[in-house]
Amino acid sequence: MKNFSNTYIFIFSAVMVVLVAALLSFVAMQLKPVQEINIRVETMQNILHSVHVQSTTRNAEELFHQYVTDSYVINPAGERLEGEQAIEVDLKKEVAKMDRIKNLKAQVQEQRVSPFKAFIGRIFTPKQVDQQAVNEDIQQTLSDRKLPVYVVQKDNKSYYVFPLRGKGLWGPVWGFISLEEDMNTVYGAVFDHKTETPGLGAEISQDWFSEPFQGKKIVRDNTFTSIEVVKGGTDASNPYGVDAISGGTITSKGVQAMLYDCLNSYQTFFEQHRN
Amino acid sequence: MSHKESLFSSKNLKLLRDPLGANNPITVQVLGICSALAVTVKLEPSIVMALSVTAVTALSNVVISLLRSYIPPRIRIIVQLTVIAAMVILVDQALKAYAYDVSKQLSVFVGLIITNCIIMGRLEAFALGNKPWPSFLDGVGNGAGYGMTLVIVAFFRELLGSGTLFGYPVLEKIGLYKTGYENNGLMILPPMALVTVGIIIWIQRSKNSGLQESH
Repeated sequence: MKNFSNTYIFIFSAVMVVLVAALLSFVAMQLKPVQEINIRVETMQNILHSVHVQSTTRNAEELFHQYVTDSYVINPAGERLEGEQAIEVDLKKEVAKMDRIKNLKAQVQEQRVSPFKAFIGRIFTPKQVDQQAVNEDIQQTLSDRKLPVYVVQKDNKSYYVFPLRGKGLWGPVWGFISLEEDMNTVYGAVFDHKTETPGLGAEISQDWFSEPFQGKKIVRDNTFTSIEVVKGGTDASNPYGVDAISGGTITSKGVQAMLYDCLNSYQTFFEQHRN
Repeated sequence: MSHKESLFSSKNLKLLRDPLGANNPITVQVLGICSALAVTVKLEPSIVMALSVTAVTALSNVVISLLRSYIPPRIRIIVQLTVIAAMVILVDQALKAYAYDVSKQLSVFVGLIITNCIIMGRLEAFALGNKPWPSFLDGVGNGAGYGMTLVIVAFFRELLGSGTLFGYPVLEKIGLYKTGYENNGLMILPPMALVTVGIIIWIQRSKNSGLQESH
């Protein structure tokens, strides 16, 4: 066996890594457009599925244009944003904005609810939370938000489809939920995930999990409560909750939080359409 | 060697044939069992998985074989891993672009081809010491041997577990359900893949006495 010098070994590894990286990036860039079309078609299929329309990869686009009569992007104040495509909104960024708002609100609240903690904080950390700046930041982030809405016409009735995105156990979970015109009754829901545990959390993408959502109500006694994913199961007649997944507690909770957070952003829109 | 060996000499063909039978990676060497349990619920993903593994094994065998006199022995495992990982990512990206549904079904298992011990085993045992062409054949042979077992297992699991073949409802068409037959849900679960592999090993060993251990 030949003896290789250390210099040779370092140069060999460096060249190999650079070559492999270059090759992989080149291929990834070449294939990206095709992959994006696939993802787009899948999104359309999911939206159709949430209003109980079955589609295949071939007819998804056609059915989508047939059923989805309108789609637009609104802001949390319920105003339409011009020049935005609903299907092109980056939901990952929207989740980041929601997280940001939550963190900022926590900062403000901490000062309010716990004077002791604030006192300690004043001694040890010179940096103070400027409430006004934080509140401005919250407003800024809120006004930045983009909320897609899809309007579906099916059997002479309109349904509104809203995208969902949140966190599961190992990675993101997402889905679509469709509401009837009263903006209260769920017509259908569909969920998917990237890397949840097969057989446990991954079951959220199965019909047995998403089908019970039909007929549930998101408003209880005039307040928005979203839908609870109940650990240990709930009665099918309970209009505010569905069964969680045994062994998939964190994924179930993630779905519950996702439903609450995402639908909560549409409050003003719901109000406008109820009246 | 001064004389030129023909491309399909008996020695080279043996490289292709052996892993299909007497030296099968799954049933004889008992490698790659994990993925064999995971992807064999349906025929379609198994075939895609078989093709992906064959492609990765054959290509990384060739690459490593071409580089074999330049790879410093001290970092050869790292080099092998890099080559395998690159091949797997290429396959994964191609599947995402051209076979999106199947790629979703296989999900993490495509990425996990990297950890399939068959591939690293072939690189270490064969490609590092042989020329590119025999290495290619060895890779194809081992990939095919792995894939063959996968497809056999998937055939029985899909037929008995879901009553379909490639998604086509075979048992329903021949009217078996009317006689009171029901699908065996256990076949869909991983343990039955292990049992099926066990039965294949049993049949293979009872036919080939050379494989039986002497006790």
